[in-house]
Amino acid sequence: LSRTGDELYLEPTENGLSLRAVNSSRSAFASFLFAPLFFQLYEPGGRQPDGELSRCKVLMKSFLGVFRSLPSLEKTVWKCLVLLRPRASRLVVQLHCKYGVTKTHNLAFQECERLQAIFDTQHYASSLCAPARVLAEAVVHFPPTLAEVTLGAGPGGKISLRNYVEDEAEPSKTMVTELWLAEAEFQTVAVAPGSRITFCLKEFRVSPCPGPPCPWVTPWPPCQPPLCPQGLLTFAEASNLPLTIHYDVPGRPVVFTLDDTVLEVHLVLATLSDPESSLQPPTTNGVSHLPAPSDDFGDDLGSYMIAMETSAYEEGSGVPPSPTFPLRTPRPAEIDPEEEEDDEEGAVPGTPPHKKVWHGHRHACGQRDGHSPPPDPHFSPQFRSLFFGSVLTPGGPGPAPTQEVLAEDSDGEY
Amino acid sequence: MPLSTQPPASSEPYALVACLDNARHLSSLLRAVHFQDHATCFAMANGLRVTVEDAKCIQANAFIQAEIFQEFAVQEESVTFRINLSVLLDCLTIFGTSSLPGTSTALRMCYRGYGYPLMLFLEEGGVVTVCKINTQEPDELLDFDFCSTKVVNKIILQSEGLREAFAELDMTSEVLQITMSPDKPYFRLSTFGNAGSAHLDYPRDSDLMEAFHCNQTQTNRYKISLLKPSTKALALSCKVSIRTDAQGFLSLQYMIRNKDGQICFVEYYCCPDEDISEAEL
Repeated sequence: LSRTGDELYLEPTENGLSLRAVNSSRSAFASFLFAPLFFQLYEPGGRQPDGELSRCKVLMKSFLGVFRSLPSLEKTVWKCLVLLRPRASRLVVQLHCKYGVTKTHNLAFQECERLQAIFDTQHYASSLCAPARVLAEAVVHFPPTLAEVTLGAGPGGKISLRNYVEDEAEPSKTMVTELWLAEAEFQTVAVAPGSRITFCLKEFRVSPCPGPPCPWVTPWPPCQPPLCPQGLLTFAEASNLPLTIHYDVPGRPVVFTLDDTVLEVHLVLATLSDPESSLQPPTTNGVSHLPAPSDDFGDDLGSYMIAMETSAYEEGSGVPPSPTFPLRTPRPAEIDPEEEEDDEEGAVPGTPPHKKVWHGHRHACGQRDGHSPPPDPHFSPQFRSLFFGSVLTPGGPGPAPTQEVLAEDSDGEY
Repeated sequence: MPLSTQPPASSEPYALVACLDNARHLSSLLRAVHFQDHATCFAMANGLRVTVEDAKCIQANAFIQAEIFQEFAVQEESVTFRINLSVLLDCLTIFGTSSLPGTSTALRMCYRGYGYPLMLFLEEGGVVTVCKINTQEPDELLDFDFCSTKVVNKIILQSEGLREAFAELDMTSEVLQITMSPDKPYFRLSTFGNAGSAHLDYPRDSDLMEAFHCNQTQTNRYKISLLKPSTKALALSCKVSIRTDAQGFLSLQYMIRNKDGQICFVEYYCCPDEDISEAEL
């Protein structure tokens, strides 16, 4: 989780304790749900006046500082107690160690809205399931600096992994790595033929490393002090759990899942959407980018969305043709600055999103308090963001509503 | 094997002559007090003492008894000089710091007296290195006046229990707060850093506790940056004694056993932090 975000959200639910993180560009979300059975004792605590269970967020660095050296933790700590004391404004993490020694950490926390990425894998077109080892071994072939990779369903049921090359890249200077996995390597393959998605490999590879050692993992993967990023893949491998990948059309987030009796892990990554359905960003050179929503975590917020737009595609791709992926010829998408501005400033509350599929983009946050983050012309990500709802009603991710809207506004229908 | 060196040119004996079969016995101890470039050396009949100070608040002493040396002779009552400790350590470890089994650096240390440099003859595997390090006027040193009669609280812990704690001290905290009490929490180390406060509690009946003599509840704060270097001494030691007096001065005494089973001591004395603010418990 430390690789995904700088803040750790701790959310007790009836189903267990959920630890979550999201990255600053809202393109990656990870959650670890530990069922009550995972713990010796699990008390979500009394409900607040608004009917919600207490939750908080702490700085990732602070929380990880408690569990600094994993190998020594294993040897010396026999019990860990995590206690939220809202009145003292402290999250207490107490380690009971050998020799009767007790380490108590009183961490400052911040109140927060519920962090939940809305996704519904049941309505997704494609899914794959494989032992993590298969994917870990595949990913090893890509250079560590590689940012984006494209996963696709090819002919004969084969699954391909290819590094994503930007259209602007010089064909003579790019190295393309493509790797095929036979259907037999997977436990389940239920993919839409010809489907493909592109996501950021970094978050997938070097992703969550939960705090306390997991009981079913022996031995725990070696961790160099003080903080070693363990990829989600490494975690999956060590825990011997198969990894399930759910994906849909490009642009819709890809969901990686690990499931166990006491643990449920989700990693949701934004995917690159097809240029055909993209919107041209406003006339500024780069991309409009809304800053990290730490300001947006207000008490009176309904749903909030942060969106990033891709940079304008240049003419001509020059990408070496691939046997599997048709050459993408980006064409300049229609500029609809009106719509963009509306979306950005949220001037028109409840405006239905653009008719083309663009992730149900709405900036509801703006309409609440008129806060309109300025576009950042220097930011040029390649990915659409995920959408997060501040779900004030309890319950997990609901079914994805219509094609246009991915996340619900707490205001209700519009 | 003692070095055979040329006898001194003059007929006057050296003020200090010390020989060690394994220079590492000296260098590792000196490293445990090496938080400043300069140190003051005292050679007395019963051994060598090397003192390092900082900020007029902290003092560390490394004691190497005469018995540790293969030869140790001090002509006058005591011989004192100030020397660059970094350079001294570099010379002592001139053959490298990694310890290959079966090899050791032999040392012969000679000091003619006031105004003369300290001569080091180091030999390993037949190769001899001669070092001459300039000495300086010794500084006035702090006297913490810490004697056993003034001790209010004292505990002796096995170093194993504290090593990790000191290595992982939250350095974003300005102070290390030490609480010693006949009642709970008995012995507590606290830091107040950016992430929040952290408390490390050692119960009096812990297996780590070799001796527990606390008469009064005392809570004192010390600048963490000053105490952090003591982690090196802690790492080498097998036991540590922690004592405080009525004014809150802290004495840490580390018992270090070298590879030959010989015992040496390193001490740290520290003044309590002047700006006392409300302790966050």
